[in-house]
Amino acid sequence: MASIDIDAPGTSQLFIGNEAIARGALEAGIGFAAAYPGTPSSEIMGSLASIAKKMGIYAEWSINEKVAMEAAAGASFAGIRALASMKQNGVNVISDFLANLVMTGIGKAGLVLVSCDDPSAISSSNEQDTRPLAKWLDIPLVEPGSFQEAKDMTKWLFDLAEEIGTICILRSVTRIAHARGNVKLGKLPKKEQKAYFDQIHDLRNLMPTKFMTVPSALRHAFAHLKLDKARETFESSPFNYYLGPDKAELLIITCGSCWLYSQDAVKALKVEDKVGILKLGTLWPLPEKLIEEHLNKSRNILFVEEIDPFLERSVMEMVANLPEGSRRPTFYGKRSGHMNAYGELNPDLVIKAIASILSVGYQPRDIEYAKKAEETAKSYVPERMMTFCAGCPHRATFWAVKNALKLDGRDGLVTGDIGCYAMALGPAGFFQVRTMHCMGAGTGVASGLGKLGQFGFDQPVLAVVGDSTFYHATIPALINGIYNQSNFVLMILDNNATAMTGFQPHPGTGMTAMGEPTKVVSMEALCRSLGVHVEICDPFDLENSTETLLKMIADGSGPRVVIMRRECELVRGRKEKPPYKVHIDPDKCIGEACGCDSLCTRVFHCPGLIWDKKTGKSKIDEVICTGCGVCADICPQGAIIKEAA
Amino acid sequence: MTTKQLVKDPLNLIITGVGGQGNVMISLVIGNALVRGGYLVTIGETYGASQRGGPVMSHVRISKETQYSPFIPDGHADIILGMEPVETLRMIGQFGNPDIVTIINPRPIYSIDATGSQAEYPDLDKLMETIKELSAKTWIVSATEEAQKMGNPIFANVVLIGAIVGSGVLPLDEKSLEPVLRETFPKEVEANMAAFHKGVELVRQ
Repeated sequence: MASIDIDAPGTSQLFIGNEAIARGALEAGIGFAAAYPGTPSSEIMGSLASIAKKMGIYAEWSINEKVAMEAAAGASFAGIRALASMKQNGVNVISDFLANLVMTGIGKAGLVLVSCDDPSAISSSNEQDTRPLAKWLDIPLVEPGSFQEAKDMTKWLFDLAEEIGTICILRSVTRIAHARGNVKLGKLPKKEQKAYFDQIHDLRNLMPTKFMTVPSALRHAFAHLKLDKARETFESSPFNYYLGPDKAELLIITCGSCWLYSQDAVKALKVEDKVGILKLGTLWPLPEKLIEEHLNKSRNILFVEEIDPFLERSVMEMVANLPEGSRRPTFYGKRSGHMNAYGELNPDLVIKAIASILSVGYQPRDIEYAKKAEETAKSYVPERMMTFCAGCPHRATFWAVKNALKLDGRDGLVTGDIGCYAMALGPAGFFQVRTMHCMGAGTGVASGLGKLGQFGFDQPVLAVVGDSTFYHATIPALINGIYNQSNFVLMILDNNATAMTGFQPHPGTGMTAMGEPTKVVSMEALCRSLGVHVEICDPFDLENSTETLLKMIADGSGPRVVIMRRECELVRGRKEKPPYKVHIDPDKCIGEACGCDSLCTRVFHCPGLIWDKKTGKSKIDEVICTGCGVCADICPQGAIIKEAA
Repeated sequence: MTTKQLVKDPLNLIITGVGGQGNVMISLVIGNALVRGGYLVTIGETYGASQRGGPVMSHVRISKETQYSPFIPDGHADIILGMEPVETLRMIGQFGNPDIVTIINPRPIYSIDATGSQAEYPDLDKLMETIKELSAKTWIVSATEEAQKMGNPIFANVVLIGAIVGSGVLPLDEKSLEPVLRETFPKEVEANMAAFHKGVELVRQ
């Protein structure tokens, strides 16, 4: 399997979109990359960090997206090409800095932000679209429509950023970022880079210091001039092209992965002679002249794009400004109801829209077969819910939380956050978590709830965050709680990795992105330095965890911190053998006759425990079980036996 | 490099199972072997949250002409490589057609349902019978069982790579896979090669 730094120009490699982006950045000669992990963006930094030392570049996992973006800007100010990458939520975190960076412009070296959007929010808390943000903040934005373009566009974007002197955004979506395809490689540059922050300034100049936002209104005008320059370049960009007949019954305007779906759909319907596709790669500012020319190809325009009707509204806005007497086509898209106004698209949804507009029939498979296949699948296939992995420390933690809140008896509640533990909203964590928004929000919400005593609020509040989330966005909310003496418990689930996104290191792990040992920012030392009472538990010790939580909940003073510390099972399992061999003693398990009503599979439901219908008793699935032994402590009959392996 | 003509272009393969079984690894190994063979390959897969015990699938689209989208349209799969029986049927329900070929590991992975209880898993014999009825051809490959004999159930995924290559439904032979497997598992070459060849042998029996 080829690494992104393979020196084999002209060869074709199978890369995921994120690796293609990272390769493009290498081919552009970047010297600096910073990111915070977030699906579907993490592999950009993951692949860059793994080869950074070898390639003589610097790569870091930053504490959060805002710092990553600011650090990358610092490199650009000192003349080093820099990349920051993140998921769509991260772009919100950096938006304040971005809005000001647009005012100052970048340094001599190109600065590129990659935002990976997640239509349908497959691995996200929302499905926010980065494109309108680029329009709102006056930032040029492009989007690749293939794996090859993911590489080529990234490389080119650094040149563009330098040419116009502003940050440029590459927007990607899950089905490019996380899909794989052929990428033909270019050359890797070999050049020495020297960083220097040039402080020369001229006091007679209106703008004595380059990297200051003042005078803001004037700088705003400059930002508009830069956009005009970008638009000019975009009018002849090779990343915008048309596929189809000279005159078409229907013209599709599309971008990104929807370009691939549109081609699939036109082929499946065999309407290549009727439908044209205008694929746009440069999305903001729009290449208006190019679009205007293509609008003449058809009376009917269909917008195929994911999440927001960005192209749809922007083209309509453009058409509204055309001179009087210009032809106005009929527009189809999200507004007309032909495309979904939310969620991810796919070839079938595009097929449906085209078939409906052109009134053509479509039969994907034999009708009888389809009926039988669908009915059989419906009656046989059980639902499969997401859950914590077998041996996950979070399952044990939420078992303790559930029992502690019940024992406390005051209707206590858990405010949640972003990470694997968000699954505790559902059966995986016994439905314990009540709120989920953005990184750090659970602790902020708790700090508000904890001040409602004067209104008769007496429910205990437990905020839950992961270790990486604690560093990312929780510290200000905790300090706010201390400053304002809010009554809540902060529980940090420390599994020593950013687990949900692929086990990236963070400030508490003592390891950098490039694999170098570094100083550990101790979460307990930090909390204790703030004067907070801190307790540390092993979640697998259910009894101690429950007692500690109960004690901390009962203490109604300002914020208290409980750290639930145990390594992620997926990380531990790669290094060590299972600690226990677990089995069910069939003489002790009284199965359906037991008053527990199959507590282990019905409530605790670790995937390693199954209910054997033949014997009417519980059973260990030895393929799944990781030997953590926690279930041995929940069985009221003591029928689950753990023996040291 | 001579690239063999495909029996159908694009050739659409689905690899399916449950998070943690090695779906992504299988698609990566097969995809790399195909790209080295000169094909255009697009792979779409479930990632992230779906890794945790949820159903997973990879869509592998193989062509000599075009870079296809990472989604196979409904009813258009040609081959399903199923690491788990109900997940195979789930895929047939949406992507199957009368010409579909299925290669299945019959070892179930049980699940919890939306209410938090264990979901009712269908009778295995009946399930396998139904899959056969809905397929033009079916190979049943006891990959997990063989992998357990080899000392670790995780080898089931490499046994299945052997099975799909041995079945001859893809434009790949044993020789084209071996270097890719060596690169993928540099630390456990021998065990993985043994698992791969076991898969080839099982499907040819």
